[in-house]
Amino acid sequence: MALALGTAAVVLVVLVWELMRPEMMRALSRARALWAAHARGPEPEGYDPGRERRAEQRARALLASCVEPEDWEMYRDLGLLRVWGGLGEDRGPGAGYAYLIYPHKPIVAYVPSTGELLNEYCVAFPDHTRPFGSARLPDSDDVLAKWMALTADERRLIGEANMHLPGRQIDPDRVRRDLTRIERWERQRAGGAPGSVRAA
Amino acid sequence: MKLLRMKPGHGEIVLAEGDVEIPEQERELIEAFRRELDAGMWAAVPLQGSSGRRQAELVKSFDDVPRDAERVIFFPRAAGGDASAR
Repeated sequence: MALALGTAAVVLVVLVWELMRPEMMRALSRARALWAAHARGPEPEGYDPGRERRAEQRARALLASCVEPEDWEMYRDLGLLRVWGGLGEDRGPGAGYAYLIYPHKPIVAYVPSTGELLNEYCVAFPDHTRPFGSARLPDSDDVLAKWMALTADERRLIGEANMHLPGRQIDPDRVRRDLTRIERWERQRAGGAPGSVRAA
Repeated sequence: MKLLRMKPGHGEIVLAEGDVEIPEQERELIEAFRRELDAGMWAAVPLQGSSGRRQAELVKSFDDVPRDAERVIFFPRAAGGDASAR
């Protein structure tokens, strides 16, 4: 008798568990989601996921209006800007050294005739007023700020920057690949061929 | 002439716009210019260099801005970047 009652109790418990399990799993899942949301904290007030993209579009338009048309096309297609060195000589093609400007990365100095990498100049333009929660300018504004500072007062900008040997922050192989891309891009441009090296 | 300022998360904003030949508007431009420099911004004027190539000029006073300049762009002053950022 006791065995029968015990067996019936076990069967009952299993049946009840099977009936309640889906609901319990759903409740557990909801509790996990609530806990994760609590851990993330509240969404920023007025959060706008398109803001950064629109900011970058404005910055690209401003950059395009300031630099040489071919420099803008290089940035548009390759994602970097080349500025010829201007200390002690005329700034322009044929200069003994040049810089590569990447968004939010160090400026890289190199010798155009040999491709030898000279230095990395780490420089930033932090806006400490943080008007939109970040001190970081849009990518193209960062590039334009570097371009303006370099072409206006190269010595001052280089003086403000932290100088390092090549490879400190940007992989030298990447820079060499970029120099090859520039060379190919310029060849194609000179030949009138449509660009096939567009940056992703 | 337009005074523009680069803003994180926004791109550039127009701080002031006016004709430097009209005294009242020039005064407003000068005041806005000074406010930005006092806030620690750098001011640059995009222009055509002597070689014919486009370049910029950093200016420290409104008097240094060419009268025919279309834009002055303010941006945060340069600082040595964080070497351990990457």
